[in-house]
Amino acid sequence: MSTYKPIGGRILTPTFIFFSIIVAISIYFMAQRFIYGMGSVANINGGFPWGIWVVYDVIIGTGLACGGYALAFTVYVFNKGKYHPLVRPALLASLFGYALGGFGAIFDMGRWWQFYNIMLPWNWNFNSVMLEVGLCVSLYIIVLIIEFSPVFLEKIGAQGLIKVLDKVLFFFIALGVLLPTMHQSSLGSMLIIMGYKIDPLWQVMQFQPLLAVLTALIMGYSIVIFEASFSKASFGGPNETPLLAVLGKVAVGLMFAFLAIRFVVLGVQGKLGLIFAGDFSSLMFLIETALFIIPALIIALPSQRQNPSKLLIAAVSMLFAGALYRFNAFLFTYDPGPGYSYFPSVSEIMVTLGVISIEILAYLVIVKTMPVFHRGEHA
Amino acid sequence: MAEQELDTGGFDFSEVEKRLGVTRRTFLKYCAGVAASLGLSTSSAVAMAKAIAAKPQMRPPVIWLHGQECTGPTESLLRSEQPSLEHLLLDMISLDYHQTLDTGAGHKVEELKKKSMKENHGKYLLVVEGAIPVKDDGVYCKIAGETMLHITKEAAEGAAAIVAFGSCASWGGVQSASPNPTGAKGTQAVLPGKPVVNIPGCPPNPANFLGTVLYFVTFGKLPPLDQQNRPKWAYGRLIHENCYRRPHFDAGRFATEFGDEGHKLGYCLYKLGCKGPETYNNCPSLEFNNVGGGVWPIGVGHPCFGCSEEGIGFNKPMFALANVETHTPPNSFPTIEDRQQDTGISPTAAALGGAAAGAAIGASLMAAKKVGNTPESDSGSDG
Repeated sequence: MSTYKPIGGRILTPTFIFFSIIVAISIYFMAQRFIYGMGSVANINGGFPWGIWVVYDVIIGTGLACGGYALAFTVYVFNKGKYHPLVRPALLASLFGYALGGFGAIFDMGRWWQFYNIMLPWNWNFNSVMLEVGLCVSLYIIVLIIEFSPVFLEKIGAQGLIKVLDKVLFFFIALGVLLPTMHQSSLGSMLIIMGYKIDPLWQVMQFQPLLAVLTALIMGYSIVIFEASFSKASFGGPNETPLLAVLGKVAVGLMFAFLAIRFVVLGVQGKLGLIFAGDFSSLMFLIETALFIIPALIIALPSQRQNPSKLLIAAVSMLFAGALYRFNAFLFTYDPGPGYSYFPSVSEIMVTLGVISIEILAYLVIVKTMPVFHRGEHA
Repeated sequence: MAEQELDTGGFDFSEVEKRLGVTRRTFLKYCAGVAASLGLSTSSAVAMAKAIAAKPQMRPPVIWLHGQECTGPTESLLRSEQPSLEHLLLDMISLDYHQTLDTGAGHKVEELKKKSMKENHGKYLLVVEGAIPVKDDGVYCKIAGETMLHITKEAAEGAAAIVAFGSCASWGGVQSASPNPTGAKGTQAVLPGKPVVNIPGCPPNPANFLGTVLYFVTFGKLPPLDQQNRPKWAYGRLIHENCYRRPHFDAGRFATEFGDEGHKLGYCLYKLGCKGPETYNNCPSLEFNNVGGGVWPIGVGHPCFGCSEEGIGFNKPMFALANVETHTPPNSFPTIEDRQQDTGISPTAAALGGAAAGAAIGASLMAAKKVGNTPESDSGSDG
């Protein structure tokens, strides 16, 4: 018998209403985007075709949705079964993160009605890194739905289907590890093809895919800690801190690898001096690096690591660091040439906040009505 | 580079170096280039190189016929650098009969042609250049006292493969345009039941011919063909699909008159009657004359007139709108603004962005505090 249980409780809480209002506002602006075109809503221009919709909703959003990826790696690749209780909430968050990333990509597409062409193999250009990302993300959304489907099936009591699914699930779990590795690294490849538009401090050429995968895993482990802590704060439940502390340690280890590779490459490229150039890029680089290092100081000490508050702060710091890394590379220090500048409009920000709110709302509803959280007898 | 990229398995190319008067490096580079333009792998390039180097005695004999035409295909082939004629074409194939290039003349060359056709029966490659008039038993085109119609049928008898080079040979070309007084037809039309490879174009790109021939020499068979028997690697895509002016088409930016603002800015030539949307060819990617820099009709600002497409070139009026085979343009386009000077940083947006980041940090700190204080059994509501 499964020990996963719905949390229950009222759905219509003040939190729920607050996020619903944001969603309503964002739907208004999304409608405007589809009726009057992108220019009436977003501030993107010829130099900055990618605003926060792509950079936050897709590039960072999928990074933050890597909890399912990181845990699938831990549980199934390294065979650490004790982390299993964390898998379902992480998968759920990944599912929403990716689904809304895909959705975000559609309303950020100038000619979104041609999107179906990506599904037609005879239109594929195998040299395109965009195709790789587009296909991989679409496939991964389907894989996530399948990985998460036991929850729906348990809810409706389809025992037969669960048995069938159990036999083939390993295949989808393997895909669930493979696909994010592919498209998260391809996000780094995109930085390569943007060439000199990327600030020298972020342009590490052939190391971009590796750094992109590392940040995805760092953000993935951190978001698992983040979600588990927030759920604990909101819904109570068993103490998962010992499990989370180990994940924190893994994230910090990856973070050290990330920083080491990054600094060595910058050194070999002879760009270390730019860190102290005193301009905007160097400032952003220092903030980003600080956000990466703070968690290391916290997690290095076992006593600190076992403190749930400190652990959460470390995780949030790493989430901000990973997000800022991608923001900096793709947007903040991105230089398309003289004359162009970009800052998102109010409507643009509201749409992004709406997307985040949809994720939170759907997450709340599903964990309350479906068996997502692990509720052991000892609780 | 080619030597590092291609693993030739220690194959000895010294013979071919002597024979062709080129270095091994140049030779392999050439083969890799042809293989790449055919969409083949480097291992095919090596196979090609070995086929040419190892089998000089196996060079296929070629009988080249000229019908109703301007010798455009031959002229374009003479200017080919992939390979240049003197180095490679004469060594890849044994050109036994070609009215423009033969050094001999008169009855002697006709005799040699007959002799070669007899000796190499079933082995030679027949290339037809020019349309074949069929009206009045084909009396409108005669070579050495025989009609082109008869010559073609006779040569086709013992041919291993037949290539129609140029639009005239492929589907009739300019001669076949209405009213077609001589009843000009393409090679396939007068040789029912025989497979003819069509390399249309007016003139055709020499690379399309050489690539096909080299494929034949290497693999002993013809490359994959489409329904009209054109090699897929060259005629698989509409010009429109690979045209560098395509983004202008999609964005609704058209030149409407020669020399107008849009024409000067390099906009799409669709409204000037460009037939790219209904013509299959690889001009946008290969261009002409190997000089780069957009040397092909659309590249120099003239609409494509569909020279290689049956029923389009010489048939449709030059400036008539093309029938777009893929996505048709919508009736109206959204405006496209570059918005270069638009900074657009509003205080509200800045405040909102700050508030969002602040809320995330604040909520995290609150949760951090709560998670630290919450006893394990607390089942509190969400907040």
